Amino acid sequence: MTQFIYMFIFAVIYLLSIAVAAGFLTVVERRIAGRMQSRIGPNRVGPQGIVQWIADAVKALQKEDIIPTDAHSFLFKIAPYLVFMGVFLTLVPIPFGAYTLMENLDTGIFYVLAMASFVVIGVMMGGWASNNKWSLLGGMRSAAQMISYEVPAALAVFVVVVMAGTLNFQKIVFSQGASPVDWYVFRNPFAFIAFNIFFIAALAEGNRVPFDIPEAESELVSGYNTEYSGMRFLFFFLAEWGNLVVIGALVSTLFFGGWNFWFEYTLEFSVPGRYPIRFEVLGFLWFLFKVSIFVFIIIWIRWTLPRLRIDQLMDICWKYMVPIGLFASIGILLWMYFVPEKSLADTIMRYSMTSFGGLTILYFFYRVFQNLRVTKAKIYANPFV
Amino acid sequence: MLREYGAVLLFSVLSIGFIFVTLLASKIIRPNHPNPVKNSPYECGEVPVGNAWVNFNIRYYVLALIFLLFDVEIVLILPVAAVYKEWLNTGFGLLALSELLLFIAILVVALIYAWGRGDLNWIKTYERANAMDELKNAGDYPLEEK
Repeated sequence: MTQFIYMFIFAVIYLLSIAVAAGFLTVVERRIAGRMQSRIGPNRVGPQGIVQWIADAVKALQKEDIIPTDAHSFLFKIAPYLVFMGVFLTLVPIPFGAYTLMENLDTGIFYVLAMASFVVIGVMMGGWASNNKWSLLGGMRSAAQMISYEVPAALAVFVVVVMAGTLNFQKIVFSQGASPVDWYVFRNPFAFIAFNIFFIAALAEGNRVPFDIPEAESELVSGYNTEYSGMRFLFFFLAEWGNLVVIGALVSTLFFGGWNFWFEYTLEFSVPGRYPIRFEVLGFLWFLFKVSIFVFIIIWIRWTLPRLRIDQLMDICWKYMVPIGLFASIGILLWMYFVPEKSLADTIMRYSMTSFGGLTILYFFYRVFQNLRVTKAKIYANPFV
Repeated sequence: MLREYGAVLLFSVLSIGFIFVTLLASKIIRPNHPNPVKNSPYECGEVPVGNAWVNFNIRYYVLALIFLLFDVEIVLILPVAAVYKEWLNTGFGLLALSELLLFIAILVVALIYAWGRGDLNWIKTYERANAMDELKNAGDYPLEEK
């Protein structure tokens, strides 16, 4: 019984955190968008506008709930539940720290892939039940896009599963190490390809730009949620921004070493009762840092790239990403067979790929600071205007 | 083992409860003044024409079929991938490798087949339709509209 109460409290904390994170991310995204478009963005409600999302939620709470007369009322009402559930349930097996995880499911990756399908059903249900042509088109497009991009995402996950030899997220984190050399992205070229495929496919599954044709504002009004208003509309958005956190967490767990913070940590973890609380906290913060970097990159992409057309979208998925994904899967099988772990070739490949990645990032920052110096754009260096 | 999924059940119940309670709170404080114009489907401000549940592109159906093929593949291949490393270490590496490669090869063939048939193209042209066009251009097509 006590165990159940603890579990319940943890689950409530998870729920509140994801709601707050999603709300807060909407403000962050609008601020970043403002900065990228040379304007300020919301900065009135609270210091630097950080409680804008509470004001938005309270406003949406008071809005009239309109259900179109011809709509299928039951499916219309049930759709936001499914979409939110699909995002929230994926959080169960993701480890945020050595002990900060809800349940260490052995089916981890399977489970996440399955739960992601809830979103497809919910979106399609909402689109169809609205009895609106825009919604129907948006829902159908969304379903087609999400199921298509699930294939390359799963092929990329296959690469990780082959390298880790398990479906359990916590064991995947353990089988990677703390240093970038041990991360799966820099293990071998096929894993690097898999990371890129997974990241792009995750963007598409989360309906993010450049893959946001389900809610293409310029052609479909708002896509599958055209007829939704007030709180029901807000839940679709809560799910969309919560999904950002899930994408970031999945990418950093599968490819970037998860919460592993320092070398001895994992060693000490194997001795029960000897894992200090400060390790846990540091690991958690390190993980959050990785997640926020990926969330920032996703937002950055949104304000950089234009939207794709539906035939281009399907071409990219089926004619480029799926064949490349199959190539990476075959490649990783051969690599694992011919290059045993900790052999000389493996070590050389790891270190050269890590240094290549590090140099690329350094070069990027060099170019950014050079541009700042040349254009003398002082305002962009200060985030608090 | 099944007890692990208690957390999953708890999460689903919580998320449903969260949305339900929020919608209930919203119901208490929000206004409700429906009228026929407000409740009509949105069609850019015009009076909506007909029902929205119309025919849509058959391509969605074909895509779903191809997806089904790959999804079943994922379900079958991931458990094998999970034990691949173990098999390598115990000396059954070649067997596991050839099995997995064979499985992926079948998929590659399936993908090539679908690609060759043109099922991966979003806009598919049918040979029959092209033949019709050729007839039209030749001027032999009797039912041509003036």
